[in-house]
Amino acid sequence: MNEYSSISLPISESQLELLERLCNAVAVSGDEREVRAIVLEEIQPFADEVRVDALGNVLAVRHAQGENPLRVMLAAHMDEVGFILVEEEEGGWYRFEVLGGVDPRVLVGKPVLVGKDHLPGVIGTRPIHLTTPDERKNALTVEQLRIDLGNENGKKVKPGERATFATRFRQTGPSLIGKALDDRLGVATLIELVKNPPANVELLAAFTVQEEIGLRGAGVAAYAFNPDVAIAVDATPANDLPLWDGEENTRYNTRLGAGPAIYVADAATLSDPRLIRHLIRTAEEMGIPYQIRQPGGGGTDAGAIHKQREGIPVVSVSVPVRYAHTPALQARMLDWENTLSLLYHGLERLSPHLFSEDR
Amino acid sequence: MKELIQSLVEMTAPSGYEAPIRELIQQEVKDYADEVRVDALGNLVVRKGQKSSSGKRIMLAAHMDEIGLIATHIDENGFVRFSTIGGVRPHTLYGGRVRFLNGTAGVIGGERLENMERVHGFEKLFIDVGATSREDCPVRVGDVAGFERPFLDLGKRLVAKSMDDRISVAVMIETLRRLKDTPHEVFFVFTTQEEVGVRGATTAAFGVDPELGIAVDVTGTGDTPKGVKMAVALGKGPAIKVKDSGMIADPRVVRWMADTAEQAAIPYQLEILEGGSTDARAMQLSRAGVPAGCLSIPCRYIHTPSEMVDFDDVQNSVRLLTALLQSPVDLK
Repeated sequence: MNEYSSISLPISESQLELLERLCNAVAVSGDEREVRAIVLEEIQPFADEVRVDALGNVLAVRHAQGENPLRVMLAAHMDEVGFILVEEEEGGWYRFEVLGGVDPRVLVGKPVLVGKDHLPGVIGTRPIHLTTPDERKNALTVEQLRIDLGNENGKKVKPGERATFATRFRQTGPSLIGKALDDRLGVATLIELVKNPPANVELLAAFTVQEEIGLRGAGVAAYAFNPDVAIAVDATPANDLPLWDGEENTRYNTRLGAGPAIYVADAATLSDPRLIRHLIRTAEEMGIPYQIRQPGGGGTDAGAIHKQREGIPVVSVSVPVRYAHTPALQARMLDWENTLSLLYHGLERLSPHLFSEDR
Repeated sequence: MKELIQSLVEMTAPSGYEAPIRELIQQEVKDYADEVRVDALGNLVVRKGQKSSSGKRIMLAAHMDEIGLIATHIDENGFVRFSTIGGVRPHTLYGGRVRFLNGTAGVIGGERLENMERVHGFEKLFIDVGATSREDCPVRVGDVAGFERPFLDLGKRLVAKSMDDRISVAVMIETLRRLKDTPHEVFFVFTTQEEVGVRGATTAAFGVDPELGIAVDVTGTGDTPKGVKMAVALGKGPAIKVKDSGMIADPRVVRWMADTAEQAAIPYQLEILEGGSTDARAMQLSRAGVPAGCLSIPCRYIHTPSEMVDFDDVQNSVRLLTALLQSPVDLK
């Protein structure tokens, strides 16, 4: 790192502990209280202004040092995919629905945490002894599954409460494993930038709600901040394992270990080409590895942000994660570190002149 | 006007990458405009006229962008895999030619067809730019390409890759030039990112804050062999949109447009489009809501490299749009 750097790199023990707390907290879309409490506790001593808006977004401002700074919004979503209890049936079983995109095939047999007390439950199924080979050919649907809270505990929660996978955060060698790395990696990154911001920009940090069910929090946050430019900081799938038949994998989306993923196009956003070029220039000048996320589907908070008011130039940067939206995601420490570094140095080099270039 | 149309349709400017076409339009309009600006999403906002006591603030919108392709992977032999920008369909791609914004040309090929009746999806198609390896391929992941096809003048009928929506851009430019006097403050907005979900018009409408919005765009026809059933045909005049799958036009706007056409003896058709929508949707839903409608130019083979319009329809669209803007508007 160069001498201007003030962010904490490499990632410190305390940053890692914070990520662990964030990852183990339960904050399924629409009920982000636990993560919001951690965010508020962490940033309050550093931020110049902090407020929680009507939808539950945490909006924090860290003032710039200079005159007429660019007002830059960074957004990371606090919510995670999970479940909402719909109706209790006898014996502590709950019918449930999925919030956000989860493949029903990954649900069967998973331990879950239910409600604000994190009561243990399990998404059970009939054991192999009692199923026929034909039955086992078909994936079970969400309608056929129940969250089983083990009788009495069923009375301690109510319909509408949330549940999520019970995976505990682990560090293993160069890798991180956890249930909600999407997007607690982004939340932890933003917290670090609020603590140690580049001095040249007015930093508008939005810790958003309800991203996983349609980028809902980010839209109102951007309306309120009305920034000059915005960057969504998220996690994106790495589908980088070799193909079983030995053919070239042409649809990896991103690769673990290849650095932060810069977005050109997804289903919700065409990134501002000036910001793409700026981030690539920054990475190349600073020797930070980066990758271009394969253009295609998906979306980040940028999709809601760029259409607010008279339009906002946006780009997204994601930490690549394997097994997104399953009980156990995996990321590399170094990719997180390089994402933080790219954002810091990208912001540090950002000036209004960039937007006098033609888009 | 055909020269203007040719210069507009032959330019490559897929959604999000409208800079070259914006530059061209800027040159064409600057001598006729009272004010020209470019907003954060790249919309070109051209103002003409002052709002008089009998006038309104009117926003017209025609989109500058076109559908295109974007590179997702360069394989070890230099073939480019791609994803799409906007509503591209696989059966229109075989044998097509594209040009990347960095100038690289390429042709579209596909993996072996097992069955001639079943067209490959995009994942089995690729762009061949003449490279032999990943290293010598001049295309990078994220590079954007447009379709390449020269303008074709069949006399009464005109064909091009991007009549959607450059023909409307031409109609708006021509209208701006002819509009000598108007009681309205008219914003001719050349929008971005329409093909990916009317994104540019959304923010442009917020900025202009119009009292009345009219999109100018192409619409499909029902006049080809065993085509879709639709009561719009080439050559029967501009179509006044009543409804599409994203918007019900304000009935007062529809009546005003139809009455104006009749008074000026301009042929017109009424349009109900079952699939698709236009920038009018974005204007209608802007802020607290805006009365909105759409002047549609009938077009065959939309979203193929050979979109066809009728030149009489084009000229009548200019006449109708000019007539609409010349007098006070009384919506009723």
